[in-house]
Amino acid sequence: MTENQQSHKELLPHLFRQEYAKMTAVLCRHFGLKHVEIAEDIVSDTFLKASENWAINGIPKNPTAWLYTVAKNKTKDYFKHIVVFETQIKEVIKPNEFDIEQDFEFSSQNIADSQLAMIFAVCSPSNSTESQICLALQILCSFSVEEIANAFLTKPETIKKRLQRARTNLRNDSFQIKILNEKETKLRLNSVLKTLYLLFNEGYFSKTNNQLIRQELCSEAVRLTLMLTENNFTNTPQTNALLALMCFQSSRLEARTNDQGEAVLFDEQNKNLWDKTLIEKGNYYLVNACNGNEISKYHLEAGIAYWHTTPTDQDKWQHILQLYNQLILIEYSPITALNRTFAYAKVYGHNNAIHEAEKLKLEESNYYHKLLGYLYVDIDINKAIFHYTQAIGLTKSKIEKQSLSKEIERISEKNNSR
Amino acid sequence: MKEFTLIFRLKDIADFKPSPEQMQERMNWLAGIAAQNKLVDKGNTLLPGIGSAKTVKPDHIVTDGPYTEIKEFIVGYIIIKSETIDEAVEIAKGNPIFKIGGNIEIREVLKRD
Repeated sequence: MTENQQSHKELLPHLFRQEYAKMTAVLCRHFGLKHVEIAEDIVSDTFLKASENWAINGIPKNPTAWLYTVAKNKTKDYFKHIVVFETQIKEVIKPNEFDIEQDFEFSSQNIADSQLAMIFAVCSPSNSTESQICLALQILCSFSVEEIANAFLTKPETIKKRLQRARTNLRNDSFQIKILNEKETKLRLNSVLKTLYLLFNEGYFSKTNNQLIRQELCSEAVRLTLMLTENNFTNTPQTNALLALMCFQSSRLEARTNDQGEAVLFDEQNKNLWDKTLIEKGNYYLVNACNGNEISKYHLEAGIAYWHTTPTDQDKWQHILQLYNQLILIEYSPITALNRTFAYAKVYGHNNAIHEAEKLKLEESNYYHKLLGYLYVDIDINKAIFHYTQAIGLTKSKIEKQSLSKEIERISEKNNSR
Repeated sequence: MKEFTLIFRLKDIADFKPSPEQMQERMNWLAGIAAQNKLVDKGNTLLPGIGSAKTVKPDHIVTDGPYTEIKEFIVGYIIIKSETIDEAVEIAKGNPIFKIGGNIEIREVLKRD
């Protein structure tokens, strides 16, 4: 099918996803952050015009160029309007506020620079990380409010409110979007990386079972992180480590769930489903990340993910345990503590690991009970069933409840047949 | 929660440099505390060697190292948090330092502010 035969109804959503964020970023860089809404209005208008025009005249030869031209013209019109407005109602807008060059291009360099600047603007520490992620999804990834709500399993109204607050903060932020300088990027890079890391995790460990949303969240996080590696200021060892981590994790995205949407345990994953190209990319960025002496949590997590994709090495779990040891010293989190204990079990056996696990005292966590259930299976089946039952009571996921019940059935049968 | 400093001491300077296995055991122990979210400060190693350790005494008498009069020397410290000193003692018991004749002193921290 050629582009011209393709219905505009199919093409537009695709283009919207691809171009909306780029165009908004370029315009926003042009206008300044205070006027993010103006930029968005112009881009929205452009797409509206496209849908009307293309329905009648068919799809133009180069749809993207068409969009850029229309957006550019609309911007010029807007400025003309402002000039009239300004001469008539001078008090309202300070003359200097729109003292900007009227000429700009949607060149690939300008798009790349603008999007990068936009990432830094969106990841403003004045917003909570949750709001930052919502904002990133909306402004950088062209997600609709409904799509964001789906990903977070929240009501659209909640997301809407969150976005409104975040946008107010964004407008009041003194962050200069025009020129990205070394000092400011360095200051903000950590929170940018954190937001991208959480965006990726939102997809990878998502509450939603919609595989499509999950994949899209992950690939958007990869796309944005990749952009950071293409700029000298932001192409740091940490950035590379984060990208390596994302590549390794993404390589297993397919194998992590079965056709019913159930999580597949690592040991049981079909390794043929692992994406070799992504693993190689992960290796490439991990090597880049090892420039210098810095060891961030992204380095450690990427290291762990690296060992997970290397199924043959006999000391694999020893390496993984040591990396988890370092990771938990940098930053405590219950999940890291539990994962570390799992690695501990692989190295020192289930008996020793039970001792380590029970010290964690995470009775409120379903993962804690799931881990203890797993560790007790061959040691004390009643305790195993007890912990699996606890986990069923604590998890909110239907699918997890099912797979845990199945596991209880399996071990009870095994026990009876002994 | 109270905070306790664990002070590590060794008797033999030859034991100061740990083997990879000892390092690993020590690391497992330390990370085990962090995994319970009870590590306040992973502390530091205190170098006991010549050039790294001196003691200043009254009348500004300076001696090399800490070990002219005492038989044991401090090699490091960490800070943990726990409800009671007994719990801190239990945590300390898991450290592999006892295998090489070292000891751990546990002291509650009184914060100055």
